[in-house]
Amino acid sequence: MDNTTTLLGLLGTGASYGYDLKSRYDRWFGLKKPLAFGQVYTTLTRLMRNGWIVAIGAEAGAGPERKRYGITPAGRARVLEWIFTPEVPSETLQSDLFAKTIIALLLGDDAGRLLDLQRSRHMARMRELTNEKRGAGLAVVLACDHALFHIEADLRWIDLTAARLSQLQAEVKK
Amino acid sequence: MNKVETISMSARAPENGSAPLLSARGLRLAFGLTEALRGIDLDCHAGEIIAVTGPSGSGKSTLLHVLAGVLVPDEGTVDYDTVRLTDLDEAGRSRLRLDKFGFVFQYGQLLPDLNAVDNVTIPLLLAGVKRREARRRADAWLDRLGLGECSRKLPGQLSGGQAQRVAIARALATKPTLLFTDEPTGSLDSLAAETVMLALTEAARDANTAVILTTHDPRTAAYADREVVVRDGQITIGGAYG
Repeated sequence: MDNTTTLLGLLGTGASYGYDLKSRYDRWFGLKKPLAFGQVYTTLTRLMRNGWIVAIGAEAGAGPERKRYGITPAGRARVLEWIFTPEVPSETLQSDLFAKTIIALLLGDDAGRLLDLQRSRHMARMRELTNEKRGAGLAVVLACDHALFHIEADLRWIDLTAARLSQLQAEVKK
Repeated sequence: MNKVETISMSARAPENGSAPLLSARGLRLAFGLTEALRGIDLDCHAGEIIAVTGPSGSGKSTLLHVLAGVLVPDEGTVDYDTVRLTDLDEAGRSRLRLDKFGFVFQYGQLLPDLNAVDNVTIPLLLAGVKRREARRRADAWLDRLGLGECSRKLPGQLSGGQAQRVAIARALATKPTLLFTDEPTGSLDSLAAETVMLALTEAARDANTAVILTTHDPRTAAYADREVVVRDGQITIGGAYG
């Protein structure tokens, strides 16, 4: 899963302190493995270096200095590009697709469209594999079948998520 | 957003210079208050194989029936070659279906009292082919689909996959330019479905017959040249970049 762009996407909903950003990340994506604080700040540093976020002032107080981070237009463009670029089908795809879907809903982008784009990418790969099977030996056929069934599982998830987008939208807005 | 892919909201095939064999524009059809089709454009070129997919109740079977001239849309047009299908009366549409179209249904729907070769012979006789020649062609089609040894069996003695291949032979025997098939693998297990789709697509390609099929199964859809996704009576993906 692309943690860097996922964090950037979360900042697209509004400027945030590092701690708040981590909490929001963990709510959606950290159920099994919460994000380490250190990783949040190294990621924010990298995002700033790329010009995708900026620090918005520092507040002096009793505790340590606190900075808020806000997304730049270039950062928002990077999030859009990420959301609408289909992934190469793979076993780790589901978590990335889930992250894109949630971020798209949080930002009011077209989550249905990203699922359609990914579905088309999957179907194109299925057509390639199906053509590879024509006239091939059984070993090749079975290898292609293995890949086809995995892609089909992803497709089922995509279709089911597409059917539940309104429900997910309502949950995201809570 | 310059790298963002765009999707076509209609389902026209990539330009290849030739006029489409079948062209539908602005199709709308309601059953009572339910809008089954809500403005569909679709082109199918000669020899092209298109899979229409979508969830149950999305309108894909209704679309197939409108394209085949079985149902008449409330609005929109369907042109087959130079004929405006949607301007024909029922008799005209029946004639066109008999002369130019083939059909394969989910359960084959073979005539149960006739053996396999007689089932394939019937449409040839209806088309005016002499009995001896019709029989020869029917046998050749059954051989082509790997059913030579089943030609004297009744439909009840065939497996689901064999019966479906007989239905394909029956549909292709009259050399249609366009074959419509509604869930051709819907009642079959994975292996039989694969055998049927391989037979269907290879036979159709050899005969340069275009195919429009509906399916809810991605593996069946993957045998097509492109996929058209229907949701809520509209095309959401035309496969233009697929």
